[in-house]
Amino acid sequence: MTTETTSASTTFINVGERTNVTGSAKFRKLIEANDYNAALTVARQQVESGAQIIDVNMDEGLLDSEKAMITFLNLMAAEPDISRVPVMIDSSKWNVIEAGLKCVQGKAIVNSISMKEGEKQFLEQATKVLRYGAAVVVMAFDEQGQADTIERKVEICSRAYKLLTEQVGFPPEDIIFDPNIFAVATGIEEHNGYGIAFIEATREIKRRHPLVHISGGVSNLSFSFRGNEPVREAMHSVFLYHAIQAGMDMGIVNAGQLTIYDDIPVELRELCEDVILNKRADATDRLLEAASKFKGDGAKKQEKDLKWRDTPVGDRLTHSLVHGITEFIEVDTEEARQQADKPLHVIEGPLMAGMNVVGDLFGAGKMFLPQVVKSARVMKQAVAYLQPYLEAEKKASGLTEKPAAGKILMATVKGDVHDIGKNIVGVVLQCNNYEVIDLGVMVPAAKILDAAKKHDVDIIGLSGLITPSLDEMCFLAAEMEREGFSVPLLIGGATTSRVHTAVKISPNYTRDQVIHVNDASRAVGVVSKLLSNNDKPAYIAEIRSDYVKVRDAHLRSEANKSRITVATARANKFKSDWNAHAPVKPSFLGCRTFKQYDLGELVPYIDWTPFFQTWELTGRYPAILDDNVVGPEAKKLFADAQALLARIVKEKWLTANAVVGFWPANCAGDDIEVYGDDTRKTKIATLHTLRQQIARDPSRDRSHTALADFIAPKDSGLADYIGGFAVTTGHGEDEAIEKHIAKTDDYNRIMVKALADRLAEAFAERMHQRVRKELWGYGKDENLSATDLILERYRGIRPAPGYPAQPDHTEKATLWSLMNSETATGITLTESYAMWPGSSVSGLYFSHPDSHYFGVGKIERDQVEDYARRKGWSIATCERWLAPVLNYDPIAVKAAAAE
Amino acid sequence: MKTLASLAKLNTAADKRILIIDGAMGTMIQRYKLTEADYRGERFKTWHRDVKGNNELLSLTRPDIIGKIHDQYLEAGADIIETNTFNAQRVSMADYGMEDLSRELNLASAKIACEMRDKWNKLTPDKPRFVAGAVGPTNRTSSMSPDVNNPGYRAVNFDELRTVYKEQVIALIEGGCDIIIIETIFDTLNAKAAGFATLEAFDELGMTLPIMLSGTITDASGRTLSGQTGEAFWYSMRHLKPWSVGLNCALGAELMRPYIAELSHMADTRVSAYPNAGLPNVMGEYDETGEEMACKVEPWAADGLINVIGGCCGSTPDHISHIREHVAKYKPRVAPVIEPKMRLSGLEPFVAR
Repeated sequence: MTTETTSASTTFINVGERTNVTGSAKFRKLIEANDYNAALTVARQQVESGAQIIDVNMDEGLLDSEKAMITFLNLMAAEPDISRVPVMIDSSKWNVIEAGLKCVQGKAIVNSISMKEGEKQFLEQATKVLRYGAAVVVMAFDEQGQADTIERKVEICSRAYKLLTEQVGFPPEDIIFDPNIFAVATGIEEHNGYGIAFIEATREIKRRHPLVHISGGVSNLSFSFRGNEPVREAMHSVFLYHAIQAGMDMGIVNAGQLTIYDDIPVELRELCEDVILNKRADATDRLLEAASKFKGDGAKKQEKDLKWRDTPVGDRLTHSLVHGITEFIEVDTEEARQQADKPLHVIEGPLMAGMNVVGDLFGAGKMFLPQVVKSARVMKQAVAYLQPYLEAEKKASGLTEKPAAGKILMATVKGDVHDIGKNIVGVVLQCNNYEVIDLGVMVPAAKILDAAKKHDVDIIGLSGLITPSLDEMCFLAAEMEREGFSVPLLIGGATTSRVHTAVKISPNYTRDQVIHVNDASRAVGVVSKLLSNNDKPAYIAEIRSDYVKVRDAHLRSEANKSRITVATARANKFKSDWNAHAPVKPSFLGCRTFKQYDLGELVPYIDWTPFFQTWELTGRYPAILDDNVVGPEAKKLFADAQALLARIVKEKWLTANAVVGFWPANCAGDDIEVYGDDTRKTKIATLHTLRQQIARDPSRDRSHTALADFIAPKDSGLADYIGGFAVTTGHGEDEAIEKHIAKTDDYNRIMVKALADRLAEAFAERMHQRVRKELWGYGKDENLSATDLILERYRGIRPAPGYPAQPDHTEKATLWSLMNSETATGITLTESYAMWPGSSVSGLYFSHPDSHYFGVGKIERDQVEDYARRKGWSIATCERWLAPVLNYDPIAVKAAAAE
Repeated sequence: MKTLASLAKLNTAADKRILIIDGAMGTMIQRYKLTEADYRGERFKTWHRDVKGNNELLSLTRPDIIGKIHDQYLEAGADIIETNTFNAQRVSMADYGMEDLSRELNLASAKIACEMRDKWNKLTPDKPRFVAGAVGPTNRTSSMSPDVNNPGYRAVNFDELRTVYKEQVIALIEGGCDIIIIETIFDTLNAKAAGFATLEAFDELGMTLPIMLSGTITDASGRTLSGQTGEAFWYSMRHLKPWSVGLNCALGAELMRPYIAELSHMADTRVSAYPNAGLPNVMGEYDETGEEMACKVEPWAADGLINVIGGCCGSTPDHISHIREHVAKYKPRVAPVIEPKMRLSGLEPFVAR
C-alpha cells in the first residue's frame, strides 16, 4: 500500500507548564509550603484548559527535588481527572527523572537528556528511559555546550538520532528534539538570530528525520519583556505560528493563555515578526519603543448602538436573550438579582419572560433556530451566574430544588453516532425550562431505561440517522412495554418518519404513546401538551387516530405494490452496453491513503443546501440568502459558518483522512467478484448487491437494476474494475469543540458538527473528482463547475452501502477489510455499521458511463433467501439487516409458516 | 543475545494455528480438597504460620499433584502451560513468612512443568509444547494507596518490585521455561517493574525469552484496577516488544470480547485471551461448562481476533479441550501494521497526530 501524505503539518501538542517550579512562582511557593492540595489544583486547571500533557518540574535549589517529584506524582496518580493525561517528567537531574519514572504507570515523556556529559552517559540514560517505557526529549546540547546556530542544532540532533535509533533501539517517533529557544530582543546583537535559528533548524531536522517531534520552552523567547504580558503573548503566538509551519509540533505553553495569531493587532504582529524572523536591524528598538503602547489591554472598540442599555433591566435582559448578546448578561443578571427577593425569581421572572418572547417569536416564524440556540446560550450563562446564589439559598432554607417544567431523557440509540438534531432539540427544550438529560450517542436500550428510571423522567426521546436505528427503536419501545413504563416516547432523526413510527414502532408500546417529532420547532409544543394533564388525553387521542389512519393507508398502498420474482427481475436486468465501452484501468491497483488532507482544498466543494436544512431553514443555496422570509437569517448563519470554517481550516481543528482503492472486478450474477490482481485468479472479496423487484407496467420498458449490472460480467471477457473509498473529517471534532468552544455555547458546538459533516461530504466530492480525473483517470478531460458536481453531472457514481442503491449497511465491512479503512483512516464501524466519527462518508466507485443512482425499493422473500445464502447468513439475520426494505412482515410470514 | 531453540518452534506453531494456553491452576488444586497438613508435608510440619492456601508451596510438598494438573492440560491439548509460580516472589510470600523460599519455589515449579512438557514432546513430537514462567501481579499495588486518607502513600514501590521480580524471573529461566508471562496485570506500574526486571534478568543471563503480557480489565468500566483503559495499558507496556499481549481473568468471555477486539485492532503483536469460565455464582463457583465457554470464544477465532486462547479462573482441562476443538478450524489473527506515532498514556491514551 502506498501512502501519500498530502499535508505534512501536524497538530500541535500543548504541554502544560504551570506545574513547574522554575516557571511558575505560584507553584513554587505552594510546593515550598508543602501545600500539595493547592498544587494539584494547578495541575487540574491545566488539564481543564486543554493541556494534553502535564510538565512537572521540581528543580529548585532549596527543594529536595527527588522527594517533591515522587510526592507530587504519587498524589497526582490518585486524581483521575489529572492523571488521565500523560506526564512530562522534567528535570535537569537524572536522579529526579529516574525517581519520577518509577512512579507513573502511563507512558510518560522524559525532559530531558543530552550529550552534555558525553556519549556514554547519554546512551546509558536513553537505554533506561526506553526500559521504563517513556518517550524522550533530547536537548541540542553536546560536550561543547548548547547549540545556538542552525548548523550546530541540526548536527547535534542528527548525531543523537543516529545513536538513539542505531545503538539504543529507540523508536524514532518517541524522540522529541528541543533545539533550544533562547531570548531574543535582549539588546545583544548575537541574540537577534536566535528565533530564526530555531525555526530553520526545526525545518531541517524534520526534513532529515520526519518521524521525530520538535518541542521547546516558548516562554524563554520573550524574557526581555517580562512584565508586559500582551507583548510576550504576541511574541509567543507569532513565534509559534512560524515554528509550527516549520515542523515544531509540541510546546511547553500556558494552555489557557495563547493569543490567536489573527487577533494580535496588526502593528504589534509585524513588530514581533520583525524581531523573531530577524528582518531588520532596528527590529528590537522598534518593538521596545512600541511595547508600552500595548502594555494595557489594547481592547478593540466597536461602534454599536447601545441605546437599549438605557431601558429597565428586564427589557435589557429580554434584548440580550432575543439578540443572543452575552456581553452584558452577567451585569444585568446581577442587577436583577439585587432587585429580586430571591435569585430564583430572576429566572422565573425577567429571564423566563425574555425566553417567552423568544418562544413567541420562534413560534410566529420571526426567529429562526440558529437565533434560538444563541438565545439559549445567553440563558445558560445567566443561569450559570446565578447558580452559586441558588445553591447558597438552597442551603440556607434547606429546601430542595424547584422542579423544572419536566424531565426529558434524550439519547441517540445503540449503533448510531449522529447527534446534531438531538442536540438542537435538547437546547430548544432547555430554553423552555425543561430539564434535559442527554445520554449522548450509541446508548444501549438497557442504559436508556435504567437512566429513565433513575431520574424518573417524564418523557423519553430517541434519535437516529441510519436505518438499523429504526429497529433499535422498535426494540426499545418493546422493552418499555415489557418493563411497565408509562411515559411518552418521542422519535426523531433523519431516517425516522411518521409512517414508520405509526406502523412499526408504535404497536410495540401501548402503555403510553409513541410520537414522531422530526422538527425541532415542534418539540416544545409536543412536550408541553404531553406534560399538561388537561391537554394530554385529547392530544394522545388525536395522535392515535392519526396513526391508525396512517397504518391503514400504509397497508393499502403496500397491497398495491406487488413485486415480481427475483428470477424475473434478473431476466430484465439493466443492460450496460459492453461493446461500446472499454473499461479504463485505474492508475494504480490496491489502496492509497491520504492523511491530514488540506481542509482548505475542500471548502469550494461544500454543498451548502443541506447545511441550511440542518438548521431547519429550507431553500436552495445560494438563492436562500436572498429569500424574502429566511434570507436575513440565512445570511447571518452563513456568515457565522464562514468565520468558524475559516478558523477550523486555518487552525486545523479537524483531521481529514481518506483511503481510496481500486481492484480488478467482474460481476457474477448479482454479486461483484473482486480480485487480488489483474490475472483475476484470486478472488479477495465479494461485494453483494440487491435488485429492484417492483412490478412495473410492462408497456414501460424499464429494467430491474442492481449495482452489479454496472460491472462487466465474468463471461464478457472484459477486464473491468471497481473502486472504493472512505473519507472522514471527524477526527479532532470533539477535541476541538472541548478546546475552542465554551461549554455553554451550544450554537457554535452544533455549528462545528454541522460544518464537519459538510466537509466530509465535500471531501467525498473532491476525492471522487480526483478519482475521475487522475486516480482512476477515466474522466481526465472533465471540466465541471461546483454546481455541476452537486448536480452529479459527471460520469460514474459513488453509491454508499446503507443507501437506496444498496440498502445493506453490512457491506461496509467488506469495504473496510478491502481497504483496511480503520487503520488507514481511523474510521471504525459500530455494531450497526455506522461510521465513527460521524463526519465520514464511504462508498463504491463505478465508472461505466451508464451507471446511475437508483433505489432498490422493497424486496420479496425470495430475494432475501437468495441474499442470505450469498452472504452466509440465516434468514432471520438477513431479515434483521434488511428490515427497512422488506416487502413483507417477517413475523407474520413466520407465524403463517408455523400454522 | 542468545535465544532458546524452542523460540523458532513457537513462532512456527503460532504462524500456523491459534495456540492453546492452559486453564486455571487454583481451580484444579481446589478439587483435591487439601488440608493444612497436605500443604505442610514433612518439610514444613512445624512451620510457625498456617500455610494452607499457599498453592505455590505445593510444588515442594505435593509435586505429584502439580505435575498431574499440567499433565491433564497437556492431554487436553494445551500448547502452552504455565508454571505454578503466580505468587512465587518475596512480596507475596511474605504472607506466609516464606520470602526466602522464593527462588526454590520457582526452580521447583519450572522443573515440574518442564518435565511434563518434555514427556508430551516425546508423545506428540509434531505438536511442540511450551512452558511459560508465570509472573503474577503480587498482592500490593505500586500506583495506588491502600490508605484512603493518605493518597500519596505506597505499600510497595517500583524498586522493591523490580528486585523481587528479577529473582523470580532468573529462577524461572534457569528452571527451563520457554516463555516469561507477566499476567493478571491490574496495576500497570507493577507490570512495568516486572518488565524492567525481566530485561535485567535477560542481561544478566545473556539470553532473551519471548515475553507474554496479559492485563486484567476488572469490570464493565473497561479499565484496569489502577484505572487505565486497555489502549492506555498497551501503550504503557509496548516498549517491552512482547511476543504477545492480551487479557485474562476478572471477566467471562462475553464481557471480555469488546476489550479483546479493541486490543486486537491496535496491537502490532500477537493477541492472547484467557477469560474466566463465566462469572462466579452466589457461591463463588464458576458454572460455565467447557462447551458453553468454547461457544463463546469461538467467534473470536472466527473473526480473527486472537493468536492464543485458554482459560483463567474456573476453567479446567475439559474447558481447554472444548476450546481447542472449537477454534481448531480457524486461522490465527494477522497483526495489523500500526503507523509509527508517538503513543503516550496517562489513564487514557494520547496519540500524537
